[in-house]
Amino acid sequence: MSSTIIGESWVTTKFENLEEWAQRHSFWPFPFGTACCAIEFMSTVSSHYDVSRFGSEVVRFSPRQSDVLLVAGTINDKMAPVLKKIYDQMADPKWVISMGACACSGGFYRAYHVMQGIDEIIPVDVYVPGCPPTPEGLLYGILQLREKVVRDRRKHGREYPEPALASSEGKAEVEDQSRKESRESAHTGAATA
Amino acid sequence: MPTLAPPLPDRTTTAGNGDAAAEAVRAKFPGMITRQEGLDQETWIVRREVLSDLARELKHNPATRYDLMLDLGGVDFPDREERFEAIYHLYSIQRNTRLRLKVPLREDDAVLPSLIPVWKGCNWFERELYDMFGIRVEGHPNLRRILCHEGFVGHALRKDYHPTKRWILTEDKIYKPHFDLPEGEDDLFERMTVNIGPSHPAMHGTFRLMAVLDGETIVASDVEIGYLHRCFEKMSETHTYQQVIPYTDRLNYCSAIINNVGYCMTVEKLLGIEAPPRAQHVRLMLSEFYRISDHIICIGTNLVDMGALTNFWWLFQPREEIIGLAESCSGARLLPSYLRVGGIAIDVPSTFLTHAQHLVNTLPKYIDDVEALIMKNRIFRDRVDGVGVISREDAINFGFTGPCLRATGVPFDVRKASPYLGYDTYDWDVPVAEGGDTYARFLVRFEEMRQSIRILQQAIDRGLPPGPVMVDNPYVALPPKEKVYNEMESLIYHFKLIMHGIQPPVGETYFQVEGGNGEVGFYIVSDGTKHPYRVRARPPCFTIFEAFGKMITGQTIPDAIAALGSLNIIAGELDR
Repeated sequence: MSSTIIGESWVTTKFENLEEWAQRHSFWPFPFGTACCAIEFMSTVSSHYDVSRFGSEVVRFSPRQSDVLLVAGTINDKMAPVLKKIYDQMADPKWVISMGACACSGGFYRAYHVMQGIDEIIPVDVYVPGCPPTPEGLLYGILQLREKVVRDRRKHGREYPEPALASSEGKAEVEDQSRKESRESAHTGAATA
Repeated sequence: MPTLAPPLPDRTTTAGNGDAAAEAVRAKFPGMITRQEGLDQETWIVRREVLSDLARELKHNPATRYDLMLDLGGVDFPDREERFEAIYHLYSIQRNTRLRLKVPLREDDAVLPSLIPVWKGCNWFERELYDMFGIRVEGHPNLRRILCHEGFVGHALRKDYHPTKRWILTEDKIYKPHFDLPEGEDDLFERMTVNIGPSHPAMHGTFRLMAVLDGETIVASDVEIGYLHRCFEKMSETHTYQQVIPYTDRLNYCSAIINNVGYCMTVEKLLGIEAPPRAQHVRLMLSEFYRISDHIICIGTNLVDMGALTNFWWLFQPREEIIGLAESCSGARLLPSYLRVGGIAIDVPSTFLTHAQHLVNTLPKYIDDVEALIMKNRIFRDRVDGVGVISREDAINFGFTGPCLRATGVPFDVRKASPYLGYDTYDWDVPVAEGGDTYARFLVRFEEMRQSIRILQQAIDRGLPPGPVMVDNPYVALPPKEKVYNEMESLIYHFKLIMHGIQPPVGETYFQVEGGNGEVGFYIVSDGTKHPYRVRARPPCFTIFEAFGKMITGQTIPDAIAALGSLNIIAGELDR
């Protein structure tokens, strides 16, 4: 956060910067957990891995109160309308983390009742691979989302004097093209983990 | 407090062969029942005209007493004149015998009589049969799809259905609840319909409960499942025998190893081989560790649903260590896919026993702590005592197995009734509790964890038997890499096994293990090729969840939440 410290107890900054700082350090996830990944999400939240170190421990089960839709588990065609409705009910700004192979691409369920990736119906910001991903993988995904928030704000928000992440900005511009390309560009983060 | 039951007589599952009592029943239906020889358990081919009468006779005849309807599945043989086969697996708790009934059906006349009047648990199985094969069931009160969505066209487990053919569910087709409201009460003014789930934390993400409330009381309810139907059985048919193992992990993902054991032992039974002692010992130890882990998740999340969050944090610490043990063996945490047909993937690390001993030393403290926190806690007891009650008769009628059945006082445990992996050589007891309510289920789970620790301590004391971890059979196990590079014969075996897979002889078999929440059974039909012709998983949750609507009628929504958690319904297994 670009800010100036005056004396011992005063900090001056711009409101946008403060908002961005608060936003990226306190994602409130909506765990849309359906399957095995939800158990690993429980591991991530609980004492051993403790996601609260990264400000995401306030698990909200109301779409109105959450920032990040964390899709953990297989989404099948019967569940698809539910997922879409939950996503639509979330207030902006909102992000989506797709946790695990099933949510990313259907995984090894190439089958008659399984959605081949949730990006068939909703946009995804971070894909976390694994079946199920380790808690470390999920934490890395959350950290990647944090960086993406900064990046997106610099791109779409008000003008910032120092475009520090120019290279990744260029990469993000292809997002509006075909689904496959957008998946690849969003893969920049956790996929390399 | 839980009482320890006397062990059931040790008899193997094949004890039904040549059973005189069953023969007497068969003789009452001359010409209608053919006995199929040469199978793993007593198998009768039944004409459907006599199916209802036969079922009633088998259940109520004191000499046979087949009171548990374990499983109803189907198999499709497109080349046969009678295309479909409906397959019932029955079990008699008292006599510890098993029986398989096969009912052949023609495609143009695929109609079965409903057996709900005999075994209530048939209800959902019959709906599944209709959903997957298009077999209609006469006399069924609510014959509609159960696993696939309402927009689905066709019947997925028929052989001519393409595995990847999908259908889109549109808003207008989404299921509207149907309630069996009590007759004669037309005062609807006070009634309210509440929908919970599928995306609701208390519904574990994938169940949907629709309840009609009269004030605070649930007067009628409807349960919808299938939100995690991911086609396990169809996927199995498109993969080789070894490739199915990761799919079985994801059935009951809280105790993945136990599913591995069930599946691998079924295929081994089909092949007529046995895993080496060292592999069996590891299988047993990991099974028990995962059983503890399963119960920890059940108890922990159930208490979270009731607002006691501390226990969840506290119990998850040892669970992480159990997962760490599996990780040290296989490299994967939650779903290790560690077993192979014929043994285990690789040998355990040298620290395995020390690690296990450390866990066995520390686990009791965590269990005692949580038990001390809740079991005499007034708030907790008010939430669980007399909540979600199911009577012993109903539990058996619905086909309960596992902790939920033992919480009604029936000491049925597959590990005792038909021991595998040498469970009969260990000194342990089957915990049972009386009452069949949520509290009783808690008692049974706590005690079961202690019994698992008891088994584990003995297993550690015995030490790991020396020797290989895979069978020495080139048609099942890959030869060592060293030999593949240096010996022509091994290279050929390697090539054959990779290209053509394991090819069991033509036949069929059923094998069962005690899973985290009941009898996990696999029924496999082989046609001699590298793909299983049919893999049918017997899901313990399915029958348990079927009774949920009955258990919560007359209670309140918070009671329903507490009861659901204690049933430990795992969606992966429920919907497969």
